[in-house]
Amino acid sequence: MAPHTEQLTRPAVQLRGLTRSFEGRTVLDGIDLDLPAGQFTALLGHSGSGKSTLLRAVAGLDHGVAGSGQLTAPERVSVVFQDSRLLPWRRVLENVLLGLDGKDAGARGRAALAEVGLKGRERAWPGELSGGEAQRAALARSLVREPELLLADEPFGALDALTRIRMHHLLRDLWQRHRPSVLLVTHDVDEAIVLADRVLVLDRGRIGLDLTIDHPHPRSYREPVLGEYRERLLAALGVTEDHR
Amino acid sequence: MTTVTTTTTTTTAPATAAGQLPRVRRRRRLSPGRRLPAARLAGPLAVLTLWAAASAAGSLDPAAIPAPWTVLRTAGHLWTDGTLPTDVLTSLERAGYGFAIGLTAGVLLALASGLSRTGEALIDGTVQLNRAIPTLGLIPLFILWLGIGETFKIAIIAIVVYIPLYLNTHAALSGIDSRFVELAEVQGLSRFTFIRQVVIPGALPGFFVGLRLGVTGSWLGLVVLEQINATSGLGYLMFQAQNYGQSDVILVGLLIYGVFGLVSDSVVRLIERRVLAWRRTLSN
Ligand SMILES: Nc1ncnc2c1ncn2[C@@H]1O[C@H](COP(=O)(O)OP(=O)(O)OP(=O)(O)O)[C@@H](O)[C@H]1O
Ligand SMILES: [Mg+2]
Repeated sequence: MAPHTEQLTRPAVQLRGLTRSFEGRTVLDGIDLDLPAGQFTALLGHSGSGKSTLLRAVAGLDHGVAGSGQLTAPERVSVVFQDSRLLPWRRVLENVLLGLDGKDAGARGRAALAEVGLKGRERAWPGELSGGEAQRAALARSLVREPELLLADEPFGALDALTRIRMHHLLRDLWQRHRPSVLLVTHDVDEAIVLADRVLVLDRGRIGLDLTIDHPHPRSYREPVLGEYRERLLAALGVTEDHR
Repeated sequence: MTTVTTTTTTTTAPATAAGQLPRVRRRRRLSPGRRLPAARLAGPLAVLTLWAAASAAGSLDPAAIPAPWTVLRTAGHLWTDGTLPTDVLTSLERAGYGFAIGLTAGVLLALASGLSRTGEALIDGTVQLNRAIPTLGLIPLFILWLGIGETFKIAIIAIVVYIPLYLNTHAALSGIDSRFVELAEVQGLSRFTFIRQVVIPGALPGFFVGLRLGVTGSWLGLVVLEQINATSGLGYLMFQAQNYGQSDVILVGLLIYGVFGLVSDSVVRLIERRVLAWRRTLSN
């Protein structure tokens, strides 16, 4: 049997015995994890379980945090934060182009903005955008760099339910077109199931559950098959019937 | 969701069915509302009108407060005989040099101390110490060091200007939101780009606060310096007029100081509005 191409490529992210602790309290306790290139992974966990800590470690943003372990990540990594984090003193297009240079940068920035539905808002100030628009601009900023790995820490947490559903479609579309590896941190089980091909649950510093969701896209919350995944994830998160 | 829809319908309905339905009361507006054009001139104009009216009615002692037209006539005389232009120029030169030096020093020191730990260790404490000493109290010492000429006056004005500039710019530089620092790291900005795109624009609002305090400070320093130890300049003109009881000349000097202050403040405001255009969208 011919080897599957995906098995030949090196995983985009590789963690071996990743440990992180704050003031002697271990938050990540020897995590081993491979994220294959181009996979859409969601990371679930209780508040304070260390999701952000893991993501920041992969992004290389945890200066001065005590820890050990091995970590490999691609060269081009983009991060989407919970807040859009646009520089208020730079126009939207300049924000998208932050840190990007080259002759065609402007054209690429415009294309990225068009892709997230912000065509015509290039010269707006971030303060003039709605929450959802600002978050779309932030998505454009992370995509214009054509990342091999896209890290997102509850990127839709501050949005209303309707906007969030629209953003889910947008993110999935963008992923299909650009195919970065995605690690999406969320506390929303449904969001994880609808978007991701693989869902991890972080529990007591380790990956408590690693679930592959083998189901065609686009998915809807109401599909009964997804309900089974939902039950398993909620069980792994320690939410039992009498909690609900 | 439902509450949002309900409110929208109730506010729009009365517009279509005028009269019959109970009108929706607009909420009391708490912001002061639109600014009138040139509204800032209204107050000064009212004072001027009052002054002119009181003088014309003879209810002001002309020796203490001469009429506006007397002041204008005196200004005309002083201008044509050449004393006023020379004095104004001398004063402007002092304030200008002092301000320019203070501005440069304030910004450079703030940058050095805000962008490097070594700089902060060396500079910040020193400036804080300098700030604790009232600058005008340094006058005797500076006269001893620099003589009573122009150098000492410019030095004092420069100190009066650099302190608020340093303090506000430095505070703004060190107060840059750490989330933006994190963003800059994620976007892989070079140190130079980080300073140019994030640090400096982020610190500009603070810089402008310092700039306006500095401008005011330079005029204040000028007045004090010229009235105690000078042989030329606007303050000297006024000091002499005091000896001869010429209140109209004193008023001419005060008016010119006022015009200086008003014009320089307006210029700073104008630049600020331009440079900080992004802020208007937030405050509106
Ligand atoms: N800089 C820090 N200093 C001290 N403790 C920290 C720091 N950052 C995180 N922690 C602690 O580490 C633990 C994990 O935090 P983390 O932010 O990773 O949680 P999380 O899973 O992202 O939670 P949430 O869903 O609420 O965002 C928490 O107990 C938190 O208090
Ligand atoms: Mg978090």
